[in-house]
Amino acid sequence: MYQTTYHRASSVDEAVSLFGKSSEAKFLAGGQTLLPVMKQRLAAPSDVIDLARIKDLIGVEASGDTLTIKAATPHYDVATSDTAKKAIPALAYLASLIGDPAVRYRGTIGGSIANNDPAADYPAALLALGATVKTNKRSIPADDFFKGLFTTALEDGEIITAVSFPVPAKAGYEKMRHPASRFALTGVFVAQTKSGEVRVAATGASQNGVMRVPAIEAALKANWSPSAIDSVSIPASGLLADIHGTAEYRANLVKVMAQRAVAAAG
Amino acid sequence: MGVEGIGARVVRKEDKRFITGKGRYVDDIKLTGMSHAYFVRSPHAHAKVKGIDSSAALKMPGVVAVLTGKQLVDDKVGNLICGWAITSKDGSPMKMGAWPAMAPETVRFVGQAVAVVIAESKNLARDAAEAVVVDYEELPAVADMHAAIKAGAPQLHPEAPGNQVYDWVIGDEGATDAAFAKAANVVKLDVTNNRLAPNAMEPRAAIADYDAAEEHFTLYTTSQNPHVARLVLSAFYNIAPEHKLRVIAPDVGGGFGSKIFIYPEEMVALWASKKVGRPVKWTGDRTEAFLTDAHGRDHVTHAEMAFDANNKITGLKVKTYANFGAYMSLFSSSVPTYLYATLLSGQYNIPAIHAEVIGVYTNTTPVDAYRGAGRPEASYLIERLMETAARQLKVDPAQLRRTNFITQFPHQTPVIMAYDTGDFNASLDAAMKAIDYAGFPARKAKAKADGKLRGLGVSCYIEACGIAPSKAVGSLGAGVGLWESAEVRVNPVGTIEILTGSHSHGQGHETTFCQLVADRLGIPISQVSIVHGDTDKVQFGMGTYGSRSAAVGLTAILKAMEKMESKAKKIAAHALEASEADIVIENGEFKVTGTDKAIALPMVALAAYTAHNLPDGMEPGLKESAFYDPTNFTFPAGAYICELEVDPGTGKTSFVNFVAADDFGRLINPMIVEGQVHGGLVQGIGQALLEHAIYDANGQPVTASFMDYAMPRADDVPSFNLSHTTTLCPGNPLGIKGCGEAGAIGASAAVINAITDAIGKNNLEMPATPDRVWRTIHAA
Ligand SMILES: Cc1cc2nc3c(=O)[nH]c(=O)nc-3n(C[C@H](O)[C@H](O)[C@H](O)COP(=O)(O)OP(=O)(O)OC[C@H]3O[C@@H](n4cnc5c(N)ncnc54)[C@H](O)[C@@H]3O)c2cc1C
Repeated sequence: MYQTTYHRASSVDEAVSLFGKSSEAKFLAGGQTLLPVMKQRLAAPSDVIDLARIKDLIGVEASGDTLTIKAATPHYDVATSDTAKKAIPALAYLASLIGDPAVRYRGTIGGSIANNDPAADYPAALLALGATVKTNKRSIPADDFFKGLFTTALEDGEIITAVSFPVPAKAGYEKMRHPASRFALTGVFVAQTKSGEVRVAATGASQNGVMRVPAIEAALKANWSPSAIDSVSIPASGLLADIHGTAEYRANLVKVMAQRAVAAAG
Repeated sequence: MGVEGIGARVVRKEDKRFITGKGRYVDDIKLTGMSHAYFVRSPHAHAKVKGIDSSAALKMPGVVAVLTGKQLVDDKVGNLICGWAITSKDGSPMKMGAWPAMAPETVRFVGQAVAVVIAESKNLARDAAEAVVVDYEELPAVADMHAAIKAGAPQLHPEAPGNQVYDWVIGDEGATDAAFAKAANVVKLDVTNNRLAPNAMEPRAAIADYDAAEEHFTLYTTSQNPHVARLVLSAFYNIAPEHKLRVIAPDVGGGFGSKIFIYPEEMVALWASKKVGRPVKWTGDRTEAFLTDAHGRDHVTHAEMAFDANNKITGLKVKTYANFGAYMSLFSSSVPTYLYATLLSGQYNIPAIHAEVIGVYTNTTPVDAYRGAGRPEASYLIERLMETAARQLKVDPAQLRRTNFITQFPHQTPVIMAYDTGDFNASLDAAMKAIDYAGFPARKAKAKADGKLRGLGVSCYIEACGIAPSKAVGSLGAGVGLWESAEVRVNPVGTIEILTGSHSHGQGHETTFCQLVADRLGIPISQVSIVHGDTDKVQFGMGTYGSRSAAVGLTAILKAMEKMESKAKKIAAHALEASEADIVIENGEFKVTGTDKAIALPMVALAAYTAHNLPDGMEPGLKESAFYDPTNFTFPAGAYICELEVDPGTGKTSFVNFVAADDFGRLINPMIVEGQVHGGLVQGIGQALLEHAIYDANGQPVTASFMDYAMPRADDVPSFNLSHTTTLCPGNPLGIKGCGEAGAIGASAAVINAITDAIGKNNLEMPATPDRVWRTIHAA
């Protein structure tokens, strides 16, 4: 019933073909989400296809105004990559805040965004930076990729190969860590594109998963400074509430984290 | 002090095997023919078990048996007991709801076992457990204590009307009322002591092995007290007589009290092993630990303190509700009574105290002793009250404490305890100096300029440890004596084995106990080994909890050593043709004092065993044992001061400094003591800031994994600044008070006092999560 067959794919094509041949396959990257769920017996894939050793899926590269992180790159590699730190320091910083060292050594950007946990960090960066998700089939703009709690635009068997981020003029991320899991109780990514557009995304806050925050975007567009957000009011309705944070508290955090992210962005 | 004697910072002998992964825990043990158990547990907080259909499970691959609660009852396996009888104020005994090891009829908390599957592997057992169909009829459940005692609340046990276990009182009500009638000021406080899940690193586990030919059981289990486990399993659960049951507690990865108790799983494993005729292993997982390891704390208290016009305390009134969960666990009844209310005098002269404690059943995991057990709850209450009083009376909190400190010893409190010694001013002085108390206002002002709210909190704790004088606890209702035993075996070649009834599950006994021997004989600790945790090897002993192993266990070793040394001196004197009175022991030799005549310990030992030339009438051999029963509790005490900053934007707390000045009496190994204090402080800080075992109104646990239950991590706590002020305990020859629980007892009040100081609001519940602190700051 809970038996599974493990496959180590050596290329994306092989992974796709293995997927096609099995009845209920799952891709495996860092296993930081999939394996706990399997251990709890909440998922029971017939086949597990490991993407983490596919060379083409690992690496951080910059070219021109684009930073590309390949899908199976672990968080630790992003956090410590000189290329990432130079191109988008806020993104490397975000990766350094994910979970704990064990999670960062294993967990990957592809797994994180495919899973789209409402409190995951990367989705905020993708949305605020206007990133593009590259798959084995197509390119999906971040705005179209995240579809609510644990749901994305990915089709069955579609493999994320990379995420490309336009290098912004300014960007910052601040996160209030969930005291137990260390996911984002609320995290806010702010970015000013080279063309002057302002995009702000909050994670861990909304009942519908990662979200843009138009009120803060408007305030920052008018005046890129922490104090510009002072007068913004974030309604608590529609925000998550649990034992670690009320909706009102999260509404406050959206504001405070945004202010601190702007301060960090400079 | 030799290099490895008393007071030396000797590196722990046991760490080599722990750090290199060579520890031998229950789950590491594999027996021939071993089968594996997996429990079918209730998903409901309260339900009738109308039927169990095991037919599908029995057909699954590798399944050996499916056993149910009904079979257990049919086989006359006894119900779980509570070993400390408490009497209510109306004279009635506490109300015990029957607790069978697997529920035959009614489940009363989520996670309670109803059946067990025995199979060839753990996974096969788990697969089959999913195929066991239990027909539950859900009953209304109640998880909140106050809801549970309201009229019309769901009732847990027919034996306990109104869900009340007991209504117990201590102290002089008339004298206390009189003190309040004359009071110049009265300070009132409501506090909740949050429920905690103990979370030892190693989950509980058991292997039971029945030998049909010998009608003999062996139980490997994660226990802090294997002899007590054997006694209870034999005397009450009808498993086997004591001489037919061997209990082995090998390396155990932490307990914090949760492994004192005898749990359903090991009882079932023993019973099942006989039924299936094979060894049965059960290893709990983390979820089972959250659901079934006895929880800690969970008090709600209203307290009032009366002061005269000179700010001297004249009286204390306390009313506490204690949540016991669904059943009374082994020592649970004593925790909110004799381990709590007897410490309500704190470090202070309080002429009159009256406390009432109401024990309540709820549809939650049973609650029992957890590091500190009752004393953290008492200390937290008193130290929150003192801080509240200082704020209300507008006096310096340290000064208010000094005004009320007990300074004459011995001191009889109005709540049973007689403090033997202490110097509370000395520890407070040390802590205030370490934190630069006088410089705090300037630091607070500077922090304010940086947008941070800085606070400082004091906590002066006292605890009763070294539990305990058997006669005293017997008169209070304990079902056991709390002495300790030891045996010293000097081998024919002069190496030494110490057999102790204490049990080490992280405390470092294999090192500290050797240090005593090294100190007395002047030999290296490498020549001494500690044997513990096996009822076939070690004579009856009481185990480790209540910071008792050094004060009681080590004293028993000392007594046995003294007997052994006395005999060895006779042998040495005989061999050296000297007078016994002239023999001294130095550097592993027995010397005639003032001469160069000496005989080495191995030669004395060899002489004892060859018995060729012993004094007339002397028995061969060199082995002595002793039982030591303490004459009083010991009273470790100290002062903790915490300085921290609160971020007003997020409510997040960051530590600036945490100083601890403890009086533990004599320290055997200061490094190990520091480790104990560090761990205790982290648990106290965990309770104050992070940890909370929560149930929803229907009794469903909300925090049954580390993704929701916030255990402290290294970066949640500061570096600690520790020091010691010492008054030797007069109650035992080594002057030891004990250090195992202090940190957990004293830390939480210091943290909450500091946060409430920072935010300028006195009322704040634990855990002080950022959300809660932020809401308190911004509350109207
Ligand atoms: C204790 C703990 C703390 C954590 N804290 C944080 C935190 O603070 N912030 C945070 O953001 N996250 C956190 N995480 C989650 C972590 O970041 C994981 O890395 C992430 O959720 C999943 O990535 P993974 O590589 O482990 O994916 P896996 O677990 O291997 O897979 C997750 C899902 O993604 C799918 N998948 C994986 N790769 C691809 C791909 N290339 N294409 C298509 N589908 C794919 C899998 O099929 C599976 O459904 C935490 C996890 C743990 C266990």
